Amino acid sequence: MNRTYAEINEKIKKGKAVVLTAEEVVELARTKGVKKVAEEVDVVTTATFGPMCSSGVILNFGHSDPPIKLQKVWLNNVPAYGGVAAVDVYLGATELSEISGLKYGGAHVIEDLIRGEDIKLKSISEGTDCYPRKEINTSINLKSINQAIMINPRNAYQNYAVAVNTSDSTIYTYMGTLLPRMGNANYCNAGQLSPLIKDPLYRTIGIGTRIFFCGTVGYVAWEGTQHNPSAERDPRTKIPYSPAGTLCLIGDLKKMSTNYLRAASFYGYGTTLYIGVGVPIPVLDEQIAEAVCVSDKDIYATIFDYSVQKRSRPKLGRVSYEQLRSGEIEIKNKTVKTASLSSYAKANNICKELKNWIKSRKFYIQEPIQQLPLDQTFKPLAETR
Amino acid sequence: MTKKRVVLTFPKDLVSSPIIYHLVKDYDLVTNILRAQIMPDEEGKVVLELDGDKSNIEKGLKFLKKQSIHTELLGQDIKIYDDKCINCGACTSVCLSEALSLNKKTFELEFDRSKCILCGLCLNTCPVKAIEITF
Repeated sequence: MNRTYAEINEKIKKGKAVVLTAEEVVELARTKGVKKVAEEVDVVTTATFGPMCSSGVILNFGHSDPPIKLQKVWLNNVPAYGGVAAVDVYLGATELSEISGLKYGGAHVIEDLIRGEDIKLKSISEGTDCYPRKEINTSINLKSINQAIMINPRNAYQNYAVAVNTSDSTIYTYMGTLLPRMGNANYCNAGQLSPLIKDPLYRTIGIGTRIFFCGTVGYVAWEGTQHNPSAERDPRTKIPYSPAGTLCLIGDLKKMSTNYLRAASFYGYGTTLYIGVGVPIPVLDEQIAEAVCVSDKDIYATIFDYSVQKRSRPKLGRVSYEQLRSGEIEIKNKTVKTASLSSYAKANNICKELKNWIKSRKFYIQEPIQQLPLDQTFKPLAETR
Repeated sequence: MTKKRVVLTFPKDLVSSPIIYHLVKDYDLVTNILRAQIMPDEEGKVVLELDGDKSNIEKGLKFLKKQSIHTELLGQDIKIYDDKCINCGACTSVCLSEALSLNKKTFELEFDRSKCILCGLCLNTCPVKAIEITF
């Protein structure tokens, strides 16, 4: 049975849309079959809650008197980028405090802003005829500033690696602490709940898609950086075996909640930001119904050896998310404990929250204005002389 | 049968004596060394779990005192702040005693205090600093 966006939104408006979370639809497909899902379900809510380094905010502070062109800028001693117009800055999640080092960074400033805390703003400048001031030391908070636009160049990775360490010493990575001789294996994807896993060929997720973004409404702004749709895919489900598609997301930080956004510090690596993203998938036809019903047992991730400090890390095999979630996997005849860095429980909560938004007519499905590319590759950096 | 966790501080001249052997042999106690730091010619520290008959544990502790080993009940504890925890589970794969685990249904973090050996590996592993060790 085929549906259009307009038909689905009309059903939402009338309070008649059948909306299921990704977990619920997997269960319905298991008991009643995919056909039933295609016939009955209008929308499936998907989500992920994980550390996403490529995140940050554009802030506009307004002008001081006399005005200053913010050139070198610090927020709570974390450097921000001021090389745009006078009082616009970009603060990235992984930028580190010049005083606290790996423990406090841009991510923490962003979380503190949402908590309503005062943030120290310091800046120095050359001084020009139109912007004579050379220095400013003051404080700002989320209410006092004009805009706080979260724009994240790369979020919601379509699948991710499973990380192990075959060396003899512990290593500290963005995939967490990896114990020696494959003492553990860390992974980082919501699997059967994950947006781009549930729409593997980007049929409904594209530029302009309306999403749940850290507790408020946001949008897919563009393909994300390193978007790599050409990664090898499972011939049956079309789901990539390794990191593939990505999304660039945009939304209003002023309306976000720390329930769905959290600053983090990975020991020995630095800071990053946990981002909560929810994406509704309209069940337009049977092909989409089939894709949203795929469960953890049919979604695979590739194991990489993170102790090899090379661009291409050796692959040690492939495992399903069902195996990963069981708490242990087999690698080369060794049983290895697994842990996730992204939170399945939080992602599931976001699926439920977004479902509530749709059921209570607060959220409608936006058809993409433009599809994401399906035919490009992720190029390495070639060094020239 | 009862269980007690104690911190033993060995004076320098005792670090090479087989004290724990006597606890096992003479007082019939099951000993489990949770942590130990013993260097020649330095004061040593052992965090020990004693499992056995209540009166035997008391006799064993008396024996330790007689050897001028300072003993105190273990006051350390792991505290998990629920408001900070995001239930990712990063701590579970470094928890070798399997005290930390994710519930198989809800995928929320569970902590079995009786299995914790206070190794502290989870503290740095937690990305949102939701775990602390208290004294």
